[in-house]
Amino acid sequence: MKQEELDNRLSEIEGELLSVERTEDNRIFLPCESEKAYAVCKFLFEELQLRFVISTGVDAEHCFEVLHHFTNDESGCIVTVKAMIRDREAPELESIAPLIPGAEWIEREMHDILGINFKNHPNLRRLILSDDWPEGVYPLRKDVKV
Amino acid sequence: MSQATRKPVLAVGPFHPLQEEMEFFQLTVDGEIVTDIDVRISYNHRGIEKLSETLQFDQVPFLVSRICGICSASHPLAYVQAVEEIAGVTPPERALYVRTIINELERIHSHLLWVGLAGHFIGYDTVFMWAWKYREPVLDLLEEITGNRNNYGNVKVGGCREDIPDELKPKIVKELDVIEKKTEMLTKAVLDDPIIHARLKGVGVLTKEDGVKFAVTGPTARGSGIDIDVRHDDPYAAYADLDWSVISQPEGDVFAKAVVRLLETIEAARIARQAVQKLPKGPVAVEVKEIPPGEGCGHAEAPRGETFHYVRSDGGNRPVRHKVRAPSYVNVPSFKASCIGEHIADVTITLAAVDPCYSCTERIAVVDSHNKILHDYDELLRLSRAKTAQLKKEIGAPEMKLEDF
Repeated sequence: MKQEELDNRLSEIEGELLSVERTEDNRIFLPCESEKAYAVCKFLFEELQLRFVISTGVDAEHCFEVLHHFTNDESGCIVTVKAMIRDREAPELESIAPLIPGAEWIEREMHDILGINFKNHPNLRRLILSDDWPEGVYPLRKDVKV
Repeated sequence: MSQATRKPVLAVGPFHPLQEEMEFFQLTVDGEIVTDIDVRISYNHRGIEKLSETLQFDQVPFLVSRICGICSASHPLAYVQAVEEIAGVTPPERALYVRTIINELERIHSHLLWVGLAGHFIGYDTVFMWAWKYREPVLDLLEEITGNRNNYGNVKVGGCREDIPDELKPKIVKELDVIEKKTEMLTKAVLDDPIIHARLKGVGVLTKEDGVKFAVTGPTARGSGIDIDVRHDDPYAAYADLDWSVISQPEGDVFAKAVVRLLETIEAARIARQAVQKLPKGPVAVEVKEIPPGEGCGHAEAPRGETFHYVRSDGGNRPVRHKVRAPSYVNVPSFKASCIGEHIADVTITLAAVDPCYSCTERIAVVDSHNKILHDYDELLRLSRAKTAQLKKEIGAPEMKLEDF
């Protein structure tokens, strides 16, 4: 869809979001609370038919963030849903893999290296870490030094 | 699949430290038909994202160019574009053209490498020899421009490290002319061959719907009628100034992916030649003093698809988070859709059709429900070639010889 139409459609979900941040003409970030992320992704993927690119897990200072990146290829706009997971002790997020099979691997990876639990994931076994890696050590967290 | 089934398979897995991308495919079969496929990766995880957090912004391109020896121009380009987005830097025009030329040369040599390997898998070793022979001068050109045949390390935040000397321009154009002619000949030979039609059409079909679900990119997507190409959709470097088109095919089978890659190779030669001819004068880099806090997304069309980098800065001299997504990461899982229901003899070429890596296909083993390894890689290669030979016999084609070409 054209960029103008995308902007209009995104305003439909403003209620679910903390804000709409625009860093460039074709870069939009949509921060939201973790409970809202699944619904926002469903809207982007099914209603707006944006293409899923990948997700990024971030160990931010006071929370974990999971960034689901989508693109609208017609206008070259990258739309990133930023789920804020406030509970650092038991970080948890609704899996988008049942919706988008292409997200299955990256959620397994974030589970391995950041210790985020993805609810309703079809197959949350290890992807990156070897079978003998100790439980409870998450290498991409900031407290693990290189 | 349970742990018990994995054990005998792992014992066969040849971990070869010289090859990148260790991947291991387990096929479950019912007779000749594949009923399930499982993939294990990360045998050789290098922790690049974590390492990147320990390096300064201008050191990271050298690290990410080593993610893949073939895509060693695309990864650093996607990274520097993300950082340039944070810093609000626009590189000089000449740098954008130099980036375009190097990335298209990379596409040519990567696609020719694939065409050669695909020929090898189905028993056309002449195609293998010829495609790799035409590929060689491209690597020589890259060496002359950047100093390296691979791992060019030529982009930096704000521009390029090495310029293309003006006296090299005629040589590049001449080589590109030769490559274009040879690739056209090779394309014609492949597309006109009834055996290749019979062998690859309808094999390993990835439908458009499955392609979208698995979020595939690059020739894997364009071979399934999904006409996405970052160079066109979110133009970077000098692509918006040049005349070229996105190649796509609707069928989704191995043949469609081969057509896309061959035609793209010719298109890449045209893009690179235009860029050389239009190469503007001026510097190839601007000075970048510091990277402010912020976040940026950079993506580039690598030979295998979209390479995506996300970078976050806190205003210091190192990224606080750097995410890398190589195209094979989303293309490989699509085997779930394209391999199930196929014959064992077609699996090697179906897996190879997304161009994951040479080493990937060497890690195939077939297990039956009693956990016994039935076939190893050599046996699968033999099966694939035997199927081609059988087709030749049925069609009545003569045995292929070098002088036929």
